[in-house]
Amino acid sequence: MIAEKSNTAQLIIDKISSSAEKVNFIDNDQLSKALLYLENKGIPNNKHEDYKYCNIDGIFKKEFRNIEQKLNSVTDVAQYKLKDALTLVVVNGNYSESLSDKLILKGLHLTAFSNLDKEEKKLIGCLANVESDAFIALNTAFSGAGFHLKIADNEQLQMPIHILYVSSANSEALVNPRNVIELGKNAEATIIEEQICIGTGKVFTNFLSEKFVGENAKLTSYTFQNEGANGFSVNTNQVTINRYGKYDNTTVTLSGALVRNNHNVVLAAQNCQAHLNGLFTTRNNQLVDNHTLMDHQMPNCESNELYKGIITDKSTGVFNGKIYVRKDAQKTNAYQSSKNILLSDDATINTKPQLEIYADDVKCSHGTSTGKIDEVAVFYLNARGIGRESAKKLLLNAFAQEVINKIEVDELKEKILNLFENEL
Amino acid sequence: MITIKNLHASIGDKEILKGINLEIKAGEIHAIMGPNGSGKSTLASVLAGREDYEVTQGEVIFNGKNLLDLAAEDRAREGLFLAFQYPVEIPGVSNINFLKTALNEIRAYHGQEEMPAKDFLALVKEKQKLVELDGKLTNRSVNEGFSGGEKKRNEIFQMAMLNPKLAVLDETDSGLDIDALRIVATGVNALKSKENAFVVITHYQRLLDYIVPDFVHILYNGQIVRSGGKELALELEAKGYDEIKKQFESLEK
Repeated sequence: MIAEKSNTAQLIIDKISSSAEKVNFIDNDQLSKALLYLENKGIPNNKHEDYKYCNIDGIFKKEFRNIEQKLNSVTDVAQYKLKDALTLVVVNGNYSESLSDKLILKGLHLTAFSNLDKEEKKLIGCLANVESDAFIALNTAFSGAGFHLKIADNEQLQMPIHILYVSSANSEALVNPRNVIELGKNAEATIIEEQICIGTGKVFTNFLSEKFVGENAKLTSYTFQNEGANGFSVNTNQVTINRYGKYDNTTVTLSGALVRNNHNVVLAAQNCQAHLNGLFTTRNNQLVDNHTLMDHQMPNCESNELYKGIITDKSTGVFNGKIYVRKDAQKTNAYQSSKNILLSDDATINTKPQLEIYADDVKCSHGTSTGKIDEVAVFYLNARGIGRESAKKLLLNAFAQEVINKIEVDELKEKILNLFENEL
Repeated sequence: MITIKNLHASIGDKEILKGINLEIKAGEIHAIMGPNGSGKSTLASVLAGREDYEVTQGEVIFNGKNLLDLAAEDRAREGLFLAFQYPVEIPGVSNINFLKTALNEIRAYHGQEEMPAKDFLALVKEKQKLVELDGKLTNRSVNEGFSGGEKKRNEIFQMAMLNPKLAVLDETDSGLDIDALRIVATGVNALKSKENAFVVITHYQRLLDYIVPDFVHILYNGQIVRSGGKELALELEAKGYDEIKKQFESLEK
């Protein structure tokens, strides 16, 4: 379905053009295409198939009528740092050398987009087609900075990298962080991407990451989103996996007024694996929307998805998981599961598996379940002297464990577990 | 310990308990027997505070408090324990964490501090020996993947940990082999004291060979129709419930 046109996109372009840095690492041709796409297609509303339950045009009209771009500088992020990780800090889309740790890890190379050579610049936008989605187009047109993180061939990073994306403004703002993460042949890395929103103004963060997992490389990725009531975000991950490569991502969303995740993974060669796990909790009027795509292009690949949601008050959760098995992708194993608990009568979950299979020798399955808290179990706990609130906490904790246990960085796991328990 | 007066309870439109009267004193063991559908498990559930049942008449005084006014968790905190006929599996909640939470919430209710971790673990060790429960099971999720016998032993283990004043054992013997039955009974007998009391709900005399009751009550059609000493159970075992059913049916006519 074609989205009905609205002038939101034009308004955004007018508001942010003057303050946006010039994009000097993308061909002018691509930049014009991005702008044209944005002007023609507009910001998606609920008439757009992929944004049916996530009317972002409506959110812009309601929450971002007056984008002023009064961005804050940030001087202290110590409280967010993990002890046993190398921290890189990005403030409102710009890499901050002063807040970041020294790049002492062997095999790790970080380069600002503008300092890449001509050949390397070609990677930018390689996986993110400006004519596929309005937010890719918006990011491409206005992300004036960004960095390329490369893990060299055969290098195994000795420590996780913790990229902290801080959005902060004192009035309504829109920021467009962007990166390219590239793992060379046989490389291994653990990358934690954490998104927070501090400051007094509402910030719309339109994040875009392109991730290349090289041959026999292994990228263990964590996305931790805790943006609070002022944080609105669309987060696009475009991932491609080369043969024998492995990509694991666990996304935990604890807060944010709007969080839309587009996680698109291309299993582009034989014998690669991808695992996506998600846990989200929503309350008040929050909206968390996880859209995933597993694009199986070649034979003998495996993918697995597990998303769990706990939805309270008048909030809404969405899971839309598309599995695409192309004609050549024989012997594909692809599984998907979405489980949700609704804690109030006004809470909503929309869950939709979409399987498109064009190969004949594949194993694919999907399952979804939505329920309330198990009252039989609550009574059992009550009968042992455990009060209703603690019983609920124990049960929700148990529900979330399956996802939280996928986190292999102990410090991160503990941090998330503590914050999760506070959210309940 | 507990006084039940003219207790009536319904589920939906159906009245199941039709005027139960029962007095239990500290140090006593009472057995409640009766055919299927007589209301035995309903009585246990109503006492424990299951909300599916509506109490329409009567009162229950437990250690001077009106039990029916209390929420299920407060009944447990006051010292009432129900060993479930069908213990519930709770995936993801470890037995240990479950018991620690329960014990500490009960302590908090009585204004006591949390039990130190060391003491708690020592208590776990002691009590799991009592019911011969494999240490591995205490670290697993509550009842998840336990055999029928393990689930029942876990109920007795929880009872031993929480040390209630009044324990209601709802058909704890059902589905148990003779060894498990002996273990469960040994556990109950070890916990028995002058300060606490037990209600043993059962279909069969068998369990009562191991847990010797002071009183036996026959529940039929929502009422206690006969009470006696432990010999009543033997009589029932020999004659079955037919005589009682006949008596009752002739009364109804």
